[in-house]
Amino acid sequence: MTIEQPIISIQEATKIYGGGFLSTSNPIVALDRFSLDIFESQAKIITIAGESGSGKTTLANLVLGFIPASSGKIVYKGVDVSTMTRAQRRTYRKEVQAIFQDPYEVYNPFFRVSHIFSMIVRHFNLAKNRNDARALIEDALNVVGLRGSEILEKYPHQLSGGQRQRVMVARAYMLRPRLIVADEPVSAVDASLRAMILDIMLKLRDQHHISFLYITHDLSTAYQISDVMYVLFQGTTVERGSTGMIIENPRHPYVQQLIDSIPVPDPKVKWHTHISLPAEEVMRMKSSTGCRFYQRCTQHMDLCTRSFPPYTRIKDGHEVACYLYQPIAEPQQAG
Amino acid sequence: MSSDQKVLEVHDLSVHYFTPGGAVIAANEINLYVKAGEIVGLVGESGCGKTTVAMSILQMVSAPGRIVGGEVRIEGRDIVNLPERELRKIRWRKLALIPQGAMNSLNPVIKIKEQMEDAIIAHERTRGAALREKVLRLLNDVGLPERVYSMYPHELSGGMKQRVCIAMAVALNPAIIIADEPTSALDVVVQRVVAQTLLDVKSRLGVSMVMIGHDMGLQAQMVDRVAVMYAGNLMEVGPVESIFEQPYHPYTRLLIDAIPSTKQKKPLKVTEGLTHDLRNPPPGCCFQFRCPYVHDECRQKRPVLKEMGNDHYVACAQFN
Amino acid sequence: MAAVASNSSAQLTQTPARRTGVRDMPWLNAKFVAGSIVILLTLLFGLLGPLFWNTDLAYTASSPLNLPPAWVEGGSPDHPLGTESNGRDMLAQLIVGIPASLKVGVVAASIGMAVGILLGSTAGYVGGWPDHIIRTITDSVITIPSLMVLIAIAAYVSMPDTTAMALILALFAWPGPTRLIRSQVLTLRERGYVRMALLSNVPTLEIMLVEMVPNMLPWLAASLTGGISGAILGETGLEALGLGPTRVPSLGMIINYALNSTALVRGMVWWWLPPIIALVVIFTGFFLMTIGLDEIANPRLRGYSNVK
Repeated sequence: MTIEQPIISIQEATKIYGGGFLSTSNPIVALDRFSLDIFESQAKIITIAGESGSGKTTLANLVLGFIPASSGKIVYKGVDVSTMTRAQRRTYRKEVQAIFQDPYEVYNPFFRVSHIFSMIVRHFNLAKNRNDARALIEDALNVVGLRGSEILEKYPHQLSGGQRQRVMVARAYMLRPRLIVADEPVSAVDASLRAMILDIMLKLRDQHHISFLYITHDLSTAYQISDVMYVLFQGTTVERGSTGMIIENPRHPYVQQLIDSIPVPDPKVKWHTHISLPAEEVMRMKSSTGCRFYQRCTQHMDLCTRSFPPYTRIKDGHEVACYLYQPIAEPQQAG
Repeated sequence: MSSDQKVLEVHDLSVHYFTPGGAVIAANEINLYVKAGEIVGLVGESGCGKTTVAMSILQMVSAPGRIVGGEVRIEGRDIVNLPERELRKIRWRKLALIPQGAMNSLNPVIKIKEQMEDAIIAHERTRGAALREKVLRLLNDVGLPERVYSMYPHELSGGMKQRVCIAMAVALNPAIIIADEPTSALDVVVQRVVAQTLLDVKSRLGVSMVMIGHDMGLQAQMVDRVAVMYAGNLMEVGPVESIFEQPYHPYTRLLIDAIPSTKQKKPLKVTEGLTHDLRNPPPGCCFQFRCPYVHDECRQKRPVLKEMGNDHYVACAQFN
Repeated sequence: MAAVASNSSAQLTQTPARRTGVRDMPWLNAKFVAGSIVILLTLLFGLLGPLFWNTDLAYTASSPLNLPPAWVEGGSPDHPLGTESNGRDMLAQLIVGIPASLKVGVVAASIGMAVGILLGSTAGYVGGWPDHIIRTITDSVITIPSLMVLIAIAAYVSMPDTTAMALILALFAWPGPTRLIRSQVLTLRERGYVRMALLSNVPTLEIMLVEMVPNMLPWLAASLTGGISGAILGETGLEALGLGPTRVPSLGMIINYALNSTALVRGMVWWWLPPIIALVVIFTGFFLMTIGLDEIANPRLRGYSNVK
């Protein structure tokens, strides 16, 4: 049996802002040694969960090539993305697409909706002529439940939020990518329409074998649709593994607090515990060595400040970076 | 004050936005009341008119919007058409607002103490040491440490700023607070802390609240009664337990079903999401285009709120 | 249920689609059209004027002196707007002077804008050390009191014609647009649609021209019309001080002659008022064009958008 090579491999990707030569500000580690492999044979929805400042959007920007990594690399089919030739980059662009949070901002208000499609048709040579292009667009729109005649000739502000986001999904789908980076795709969409977008994502995964990097702060939707999950806290991955295992049985104190804070949609099950956050100054004291959650953690130990906790395997496909689960006096394999 | 006393009553309130393309009916004959010490949630999706209703309660509808009919009674007194001078006396003292994105409304270059003191001085005679004490007590009420008093807004996190805004809203002991999405744009843990603060303040001061939101889960945790709005119309009102246990209106059911759960995986329920043009509402029910149970009557007659017992009202032809 | 949904969506799309028709001609914006008409009329006045009126009358000693307009007692139908103390016909002067002034303004502002687009977009899009250099130079030039320098230059350089005038004014017309365009490019670069274009493999130049420039149009237009107005103002200032091309009766020169001959005191309203009115009309026209362009470039300002 040969070992399959990942189509995209994120290897210890790190992004540090500021702190350069002559800079007075302290460097901020936006993303710290993030690793992830995506395989072609098995399309998956991979959740990158975290709150503001967790580094999840930095990761999206790295994968999409909007910003360079400070260290580590992203490898696509064996080629480092940062050293790609123009032709390789074009293929990469085609295979790795994105949908963003704000489905209005991604439209140039100057053009009709069709502009979104004509750009990719032209620059990726998707069709030989106008009719072919139109057929391709229609097909892509049908996948998301829209019809060209209804929307293409309109201006973006004339579409509903749900329609706008579905058009973006259709656009990405038209390129038949292997991976779609979905950066908070449903947080600006109304609750009753959320399901539609998520359902389309599932359909693209199952019928068209497209993987997703589902970047979100919302663990509930992640639980509903994703296969694998990485929970980030201040740039570090604190828990990773199968979505079901993490949500149903979170191990890291941060993830436990997160899940506990999601309002339960049942008026009979009210929050019974009070939680509080440490003072602002304390929260801003970021230790670059130990666990980043140390200041907020109710179970912290002296050990936690020394070095970043290695990943402990809870079960197959469920790892947590927390000393609470570290077997004592038994060196554990990190990674 | 008996607990049944209605602090706020809204009767047949209609608000239209007069635009070049025609009048947009942002709120259509809304009826709502809030009893003393009660939190009423006003939920709906973006553009359903919930913020318009809140603003019209405060008589702060901005042009081209205008209240075209109905009453808003604060402790029995109708305040629609009151002159601006009278309204200024009522706002904040009786009716306080926590606006959407309130934390961004703080002036970044003025210390918290000055912003809070200025707000109080504008309405009360409290001065000097008493004023300082009052501000400190308010900060304590919302669970903020004393040192926040002399800090600048930029030194505080979003959740802390939001709590400062809550403190300012309760500063003059209002009868009712209108909170417009008080926890949106906050991280989930911080959201919970702010929600706790609001509940604490409510139970300590006995203030009533209208809490506008779109997150049904949060509503379940926080409010006593829920009012569901759709396209400018009130679809269902009732005690929160009753609404979650037995949602009558198909739209309310849709909203509750759409809450993603972390307890169990459930199949996604997909519905078409097109709303009619608000300038040109169809005859009959405003939900007819999206309703799975639509029938002929719905396209002709606009359903009115009907009591289903237990203070639970629904506007749907199925139950008329 | 699916039938219901698609049924209703078909019903719903009819109204907005019809309204799209109106919006399809955004250039028919009332303010923009009004402004354009004003500017066009002033231009036509200068362009077609020579066909109907002898422009040689714009030069010294071509007409009788100090004639009031034709409708005033003592006026002559040969000189409908009157003449001034050097024997120049006012109508002929305006026919020659308006396009001359417009030309100086347009040339100076266009040069400034072109340089501004080049430097500003380079600084904004490329960043790094080119940005540093461009920003430093721009900021230093902006702090120089331009009128003083212009007076100094104009006093030394003999001003044979309006082109020289335009070039001198252009020396100070570029820092404003440069700064503006740099900041615009910086914000636009982070826009979702620019990212979408990047993901659509659109080349940099096309991103700048097709995605960014249309969205900068209100700023570019405002900057250009403002620049033209500013250049005309600067020109008028220099000329009113007597530093203009003495042979061309541009609006500023007319004012200069009127000032020198104390037209104000002598009650010769027909001498000093027409060039001022012409300037006000020109400025108003450009202003209307600017705000009209703003609405055109921003569809959300065109009437009310589709409310959900």
